[in-house]
Amino acid sequence: MSAALLTIEDVAVELPTPRGNLRAVDHVDLSLEAGRTLGIVGESGCGKTMLSRAVLQLLPKKARLTGRVMFDGQDLVRLDAERLRRLRGRDLAVVFQDPMTSLNPVLTIGTQLMETIQEHLELDVSAARKRSIELLAAVGIPAPEQRLAQYPHQCSGGMRQRIAIAIALSCEPKLLIADEPTTALDVTIQAQILDLLAREQRRRHMAMIIITHDLGVVAGRADEVAVMYAGRVVERAPTQALFKRMHMPYTEALLAAIPKLDAAPHTPLPAISGRPPDPTRPLKGCSFAPRCRYAASRCHEAKPDLKSAERPDHLYACFHPIQMAEGIGA
Amino acid sequence: MLNFVVRRLLAMLPVLLAVSLLTFLIASLLPGDLALVILGDQATPENVAALRRDMGLDQPLWWRYLSWLGHVLQGDLGRSFRTGQTVLQAVAERIPVSLQLMLMAEFIGLLIGVPVAIACAARAGGAFDRVMTGSAFAMLSMPSFLVAILLIYLFAVELHWLPATGYVPFTEAPLANLRFFVLPALTLALAEWPGIMRVLRSDMIATLQEDYIALAKAKGLKPARILFVHALKPSSLTLVTVTGINIGRLLGGTLIVESIFALPGIGRLLVGAIYTRDLVILQGVVLLVACGFVIVNFIVDMLYAVLDPRIRHGHA
Repeated sequence: MSAALLTIEDVAVELPTPRGNLRAVDHVDLSLEAGRTLGIVGESGCGKTMLSRAVLQLLPKKARLTGRVMFDGQDLVRLDAERLRRLRGRDLAVVFQDPMTSLNPVLTIGTQLMETIQEHLELDVSAARKRSIELLAAVGIPAPEQRLAQYPHQCSGGMRQRIAIAIALSCEPKLLIADEPTTALDVTIQAQILDLLAREQRRRHMAMIIITHDLGVVAGRADEVAVMYAGRVVERAPTQALFKRMHMPYTEALLAAIPKLDAAPHTPLPAISGRPPDPTRPLKGCSFAPRCRYAASRCHEAKPDLKSAERPDHLYACFHPIQMAEGIGA
Repeated sequence: MLNFVVRRLLAMLPVLLAVSLLTFLIASLLPGDLALVILGDQATPENVAALRRDMGLDQPLWWRYLSWLGHVLQGDLGRSFRTGQTVLQAVAERIPVSLQLMLMAEFIGLLIGVPVAIACAARAGGAFDRVMTGSAFAMLSMPSFLVAILLIYLFAVELHWLPATGYVPFTEAPLANLRFFVLPALTLALAEWPGIMRVLRSDMIATLQEDYIALAKAKGLKPARILFVHALKPSSLTLVTVTGINIGRLLGGTLIVESIFALPGIGRLLVGAIYTRDLVILQGVVLLVACGFVIVNFIVDMLYAVLDPRIRHGHA
């Protein structure tokens, strides 16, 4: 096992709001090795995007971040602005959720690609241009040379997300964070974009974090999955182990909420009832307990720790785990 | 793009027509008989009636409008009955002064307003932002005649740095010309920059919240590039509008400022025409100024298209 490229150690993010402090990320530990993929899954508001912003150091100004984010031997939290700037875009890249808003509407695609390349790599204009054309071709954009002079509004949503990916890949990053990269796209485009990301990841041997609310997105693509709920990681396991046997009731509910193609017409979706707890009023017990059908009195009294039982790499935070092998349980 | 220009040009026609009608009505509906004004109190009724016939004043209003419009379209805006100068001559003589004053004022206004707005937006809510937003409010509430007098007192009377009043053409003595223009232009600019600053500041603050600014940061671009390239351009649409409208407002401002600083511009011409009831000059100058305003706004529309490709391509 090689040393981890990224280690998130005890990271917590608090946002001051008029109703009190909002704990968006609640002491999360995660790690990722070079070339591997981590999927972070959870419903909206669970803190997954805030966690990614914490890694990128792009939190809102008022947010308070504690803990360490070790990337390639440096703590990003304590890195000075100039060194952080040199790292971003070169070793650490990101693709945002909505390609309609993440590209600048008044700058050409060529400018937005080439400025990144020229900022970090010692290339002159013609070399940067050549590299931009290669990148656009690599992400499957037809007639890349003509695209350089165009503006984002002249491209479709899927096209724009491909361009955003080309920008992210432009300096051969060691880590790519894809924050819901397909949520804003048509269903038919989603698989194409995910396949593109997977292909480029293999080719460039970069690590990747895919953030999504859809367990189906990470199923065949992530090496490891972390399920987040109310700012905490509540279950974490190698992808296959997780899908074979999930222990956290929330994970099960999340999977059940995906529409099935073979379901009979008019079958109601087993949605998760209720809403996530108010993040400004943390619960004493397990955050999922009010919505959990297995919850017992203990679940409302104390917070379960994230721990492993059957196999050391499968962690879960639950007093009443489901699908346990005989004889093991809490 | 050509399509866009043609559409805008066509849209200007009804506006210009309405402008001409309003200008004509304002001058015609003013109380008092033009013939009587020209001939003076001592004129006999017969003389007045004869002059009215000569000038077509006995014709119905719509007929007078159409015949005036016909002359205007041929480039004949009339002739002052006092000086004998044609409107075009009088305006051509004075327009360089007013244009120089307005351009210098707008330039100084932008020179102060834009950097202050960017600096405020970059650290919104900070000490600099609060001080400048406060000063902008104070400047907005100061009338320009007061500012003019304060500037004259400080720079001309106390410090003797600049002349208080006067004018020489730029072609004769460029440096002296600029010195005469500093105080009047500054007077107007001090009223201009708060508006420029407030509009650009709030647009910049909104733009800085955009996803594409977060991405620009994530790309590791330099802070200056993010502010000036990624944020300034998409934030400047309202600024361009305001600048266009300002130029119209500046035309009004020049009335006072040209009078205080004794600059022989359009403003002074207009004020003089009002005092002497020189309706032909008044009517002609107002029409030309209004047309100038319409043309400035046409240029503003063109600038939108330069700034925002989505307008250029007809998406917005």
